[in-house]
Amino acid sequence: MIEIRNVYKRFGSQVILDGVTLTVQEGETLALLGPSGTGKSVLLKSIIGLIRPERGEIVVDGQIVSRLKRQELARLRAKIGYVFQNGALFDSMDVFENIRLGLTNEKEFKDLDYARKRAAECLRLVNLNPDTMKKMPAELSGGMRKRVGIARAIAGKPKYVLYDEPTSGLDPVNADIIDALVKRLEGELGVTSITVTHDVRGAFRTADRIALLTHGKIVAIGPPEEFRESQVPEVKEFLERDFETASLNGTDK
Amino acid sequence: MSTLLSRVQRQTGRFVLDGLASVGRFADLLVEMARGLVEWRVWLPRTFDEAWSIGVGSLFIVVLISSFTGAVTALQAGYQFTGNVPVYVVGSLVTESVVLELGPVLVGLILAGRIGARYAAELGTMRVTEQIDALESLGRSPASYLLLPRVLACLLMIPMLVIFADVIAVGAGWFIASNSSIGISNEDFTYGSRAYWHAFDGWYSVIKGFFFAAAISLISCYRGFTTRQGAEGVGRSTTGAVVTSSVLILLLDTLLAKLLLVS
Repeated sequence: MIEIRNVYKRFGSQVILDGVTLTVQEGETLALLGPSGTGKSVLLKSIIGLIRPERGEIVVDGQIVSRLKRQELARLRAKIGYVFQNGALFDSMDVFENIRLGLTNEKEFKDLDYARKRAAECLRLVNLNPDTMKKMPAELSGGMRKRVGIARAIAGKPKYVLYDEPTSGLDPVNADIIDALVKRLEGELGVTSITVTHDVRGAFRTADRIALLTHGKIVAIGPPEEFRESQVPEVKEFLERDFETASLNGTDK
Repeated sequence: MSTLLSRVQRQTGRFVLDGLASVGRFADLLVEMARGLVEWRVWLPRTFDEAWSIGVGSLFIVVLISSFTGAVTALQAGYQFTGNVPVYVVGSLVTESVVLELGPVLVGLILAGRIGARYAAELGTMRVTEQIDALESLGRSPASYLLLPRVLACLLMIPMLVIFADVIAVGAGWFIASNSSIGISNEDFTYGSRAYWHAFDGWYSVIKGFFFAAAISLISCYRGFTTRQGAEGVGRSTTGAVVTSSVLILLLDTLLAKLLLVS
């Protein structure tokens, strides 16, 4: 379980997170919506200790992240897969080596045969040909990089997966594949996930609960149906704007 | 007037705070690297790869710089020391000035540009494209994977490149001195080289190389690792790494001469 308790974070004079409180239950998929620059990625990075909040606590499996020692934090991170917005692939390594680094169990990491099998398996899961393994990140398209980033995040069979804009920049077909993958990982492996996204439709398709983060606070949270009917002005405004954008783009379904 | 004064005070305060914050971040980085030393299985193979890349990659530029340096030193010495000054002094001057000063300093400055810029740009790009965050998120230490191999490779290879540069420069100086209008014989050159030679001179050159290696690698890794604000930040880190390590090389050059030669 991930508990975010009253977390504050600011950069310079700009307050990013202003007392965020949120709980994600085991096996749940939470979609975190919100306008750009509201601190969604900051919150996600705080969960794995890449950013340290000024106040408040983040508790993962009963451990307070900010109080963990180096080794304990490394062990905790091994349980969490993080999908970065632009893939964040190591550009000096080929796809196989990138995915291999995701094997957080040292025994599995050193076993090259296992690593190859697991890399092929993860690539298939994200709808990529296992031959992609030999390619360098520079040879991949933006969408492929993103999917390799997901393959790397799930290679170590994590308990939690944090997705930072997993479908942004993807074509609708691949966005659907990623949405289906998120759902499948939750169903088959019981993975708990938090997805930071702008894709409202994707959020409604995949999430058990949806939260809206705006002005540094969670202003609404609930199951998709409840969220859609929410009378909170920020939610109504956010959904209306998304509907208008979708109508303009001709993607409203 | 009071507005100007308060602005100056504010700017000074900010400058001091930024400076202290940088010192703190640099100390953090050193502590991280010290902690990372236990993960030798991670950094050792990468250190060898990096050392090979630095050594082989820098060989051409080091040979080029050092041979020209030795040749020019010999020609200028031959031009200046005429009349009553014995010709073997050219041998002394070439050997001592190359080993004590020109070899290590020129190699240091060239490598500050070559290796320092590369490290700052590589690590800076990795920082702004979240590759360093990704490494950390996978429970792996950036100090062991990225910093230690670079720093240790420099500490290993730069002193070796300095020795290599010394030998090439003295050899080039010898060749030019004995095959030009200076007309010094091989015997005179070797006599001159040995006349003012101290056993410590060679060590001094290596010690300087070691300190310059530490300055180049630590500064460029620090600048790259703490890069912010996209492509512009990478550019700023790269320039900063080269300028800061070059200035530090000159400061260390003076300090080491004072401490080790004329204390």
